[in-house]
Amino acid sequence: MPVGRRYGVSTMDGTRRAATVDFEHVTKHYDAGAITTGAPGAVTDLTLSVPAGAICVLVGPSGCGKTTSLKMVNRLIEPTSGRILLDGTDVAARDAVELRRGIGYVIQQVGLFPHQRIWENVATVPRLLGASLGRQRERADELLSLVGLDPAVHGSRFPAELSGGERQRVGVARALAADPPIMLMDEPFGAVDPIVRDRLQNELLRIQERLAKTILFVTHDIDEAIKMGDLVAVVDVGGRLAQFGPPAEILAGPASDFVARFVGADRGLKRLSLARVRDLTPLPVPMARLGEPARRAAADPLVRDQRFALLVDHEDRPIGWIADRELDRDGGITADMATPMSPLLDPETTLKDALSMLIDAEVLAGIVVDRDGRATGLITTEAIATWLRPSGVSTATSIEAAS
Amino acid sequence: MIRWDWIFDNLDQIAASVAEHLILTILAVWIGLAISLVAGLLIYDRRRLYGPTAGFFGILYTIPSLALFAFLVPITGLSLTSALIGLVSYTLLILLRNIMAGLDAVTPETREAAEAMGLSRAQRLVRVELPLALPVIVAGIRVATVTTIGLVMVTALIGQGGLGQLMLRGFNRSFPTMIYVGFVLTVALAIGLDLLLAWIGRVATPWARKGPG
Amino acid sequence: MDIVSQTVGWLADPANWQGSAGIPSRLVEHALLSGMALAVALAVAVPIGLYVGHTGRGGTAATNVAGLGRAIPSYALLLLFFPIFGFGLVAPLLALVLLALPAILANVYVGLRGVDRELVDAGRGMGMRESEILIGVELPAALPVILAGIRTAAVAIVATATLAALIGGGGLGRFIVDGFALQDDGMLVSGALLVAILAVVVERGFTLAERRLVSPAVRAGSTHLVPLA
Repeated sequence: MPVGRRYGVSTMDGTRRAATVDFEHVTKHYDAGAITTGAPGAVTDLTLSVPAGAICVLVGPSGCGKTTSLKMVNRLIEPTSGRILLDGTDVAARDAVELRRGIGYVIQQVGLFPHQRIWENVATVPRLLGASLGRQRERADELLSLVGLDPAVHGSRFPAELSGGERQRVGVARALAADPPIMLMDEPFGAVDPIVRDRLQNELLRIQERLAKTILFVTHDIDEAIKMGDLVAVVDVGGRLAQFGPPAEILAGPASDFVARFVGADRGLKRLSLARVRDLTPLPVPMARLGEPARRAAADPLVRDQRFALLVDHEDRPIGWIADRELDRDGGITADMATPMSPLLDPETTLKDALSMLIDAEVLAGIVVDRDGRATGLITTEAIATWLRPSGVSTATSIEAAS
Repeated sequence: MIRWDWIFDNLDQIAASVAEHLILTILAVWIGLAISLVAGLLIYDRRRLYGPTAGFFGILYTIPSLALFAFLVPITGLSLTSALIGLVSYTLLILLRNIMAGLDAVTPETREAAEAMGLSRAQRLVRVELPLALPVIVAGIRVATVTTIGLVMVTALIGQGGLGQLMLRGFNRSFPTMIYVGFVLTVALAIGLDLLLAWIGRVATPWARKGPG
Repeated sequence: MDIVSQTVGWLADPANWQGSAGIPSRLVEHALLSGMALAVALAVAVPIGLYVGHTGRGGTAATNVAGLGRAIPSYALLLLFFPIFGFGLVAPLLALVLLALPAILANVYVGLRGVDRELVDAGRGMGMRESEILIGVELPAALPVILAGIRTAAVAIVATATLAALIGGGGLGRFIVDGFALQDDGMLVSGALLVAILAVVVERGFTLAERRLVSPAVRAGSTHLVPLA
């Protein structure tokens, strides 16, 4: 499960290796006669700023110019007007070839050189920059390990011998080889199956944790955009910026009908995948300990209020639920008095997964447990629904009301 | 009918003929390759020039060899030059077509990646596109070589050496043995060179044989 | 410039257009020899190619024959057959046929093999007989490749027929050979010119015929099933 990200921070002093990107009124149009299906889309007056170390996702329907915008950063396409600044310098002012050696580029079909071994492919830009053979090999091995490939196994192979997912990992390694301050990624995970895609996305997020590069990421998949982006730019057909902001903002408040439609009618559910159990305030758990005298537990004000108690062991680990009337007897509490349990929720679980678990178990509340399995609170479906509502008004806080 | 004694007595003469034939062939193919490569690289980014160039090379190719040499003789005489001009002309179409086809076979994504990574046009051509075009180019070299071996025979008519000269003398003296020897050696040379080039091609392109491991 | 005037002079001379050594006669000789050789080569190579291409059996043998054929120089064949058959038409004819055979066979085979298997299966599924499939489905689809092979063979035959003059055969090659022997540059170059023109005409002619004979849909490059809607 991807850990929450904060951009611009890195354990490897990454901020100095990340550039800022500014689009200033960038426009690209093509002659009417040159328009053919599948041709790159036009871009109209695109202006946005990407801070260093952030992943900015450009998302929109096919032909909306997101790929064109990306390719204008490394000048594979030149803008008709407007300019793009990298760390404040206009990219047009620099020599194109030299510029590209400082920008990592990853595309859907990867584009590895079939006639070179994997390590040679990865070392392409270092070689161009004059690194010695030894240093090239070293760097290649380093990066292959970073992307999760064993250099001893894959280093000397040819691209044709690798699977699609492995090839794309090599593509990412190659893009990172010269430690560029910015990476451009054009639907990099579009050509692999969903399982591999999920894994690759998580890997990239993990790598980003370490390296904190500025990444411009293009996709047509809004779910990918929400998952990957620190900032999301929703682009309309014709290359118009429809909305720009963190994913939560876009989901909570689409700026236009287009954005609302593009995000999808289920944006509420999508928002749930952005928050985690730890983002909610859990309700206190009415607890009863194993072996404790039943009446004492029944006397607990919380138990009396909620009419249920969670039976826990001496380490506060949940065993099951007991109704308060069951506690009205002599003697200690035993395990067989408890009925089956609600799902246990890790604080890192997304609200979407949590809700899913609760629905599957056909209960209205789940138990939050910490790393040692200790019960720390309750989360109800009601609480989750409340979180969704922008005004945050809650109407019920008791288990009873929820049951 | 075959005079084996003559063969054994004249091994050195036969060997010399083979050597002459080989040298002429290799020379012609090398020059043809050089010209075609230069032409191919120049034309590659300017596709409009391909039609006329290929058309010109094509006409040279269609003209029967004897006719071509006959054109050349009054101009450059019965010399090695005439022979080479003719031989090289025949290789041009095949080699150019294969060079272009080979370069065209490079996938768009490989090209895009190469450009995006900051390789200059020259670097892209030399480090990426030409190596990848190699299998197709080698196939062209094979066809050009085998064709040239056959044509070198015809150059015997304009005074050049090689196995054609051997066969021609056999013909003029009504001495069939020389004809047979020349024929067999020509075929053997053609097959031998073809296989050699095929082997070289395979060795030079280790990536082409690999599949998913 | 001297050559040019000599050539023009020779071509302009009406004497060179008459009689059994005149341009028309030689042209006819050349055309006849070439035509016969092509016809025989077709008669032999096409049926074999159709069988091998349709059934797929003997494919490796066919490919090897084609490869071998390329290795054998035309001129050598001519000289080879001469000791056996002497002067006359047989040697050149045989040599030309053997020259054209591999090219035609290879192209018929490759052309048929290149037809989309799904088309063939569809035909079989509809209850067509093997021969009907061959003629009605495979042949039209393979036509571009086959015709290209015939064109190559025809040009090669016309070109090599020039050499037939060396062993006493007729044809336009005589002008080259005789011009060479008589040191008559005008005849020599004229002969070469005529031969060249003939070769180019044959090549163009076959290309045009190909364009006519091959249906536009097939020429568009696809012999695959087009999905409906």
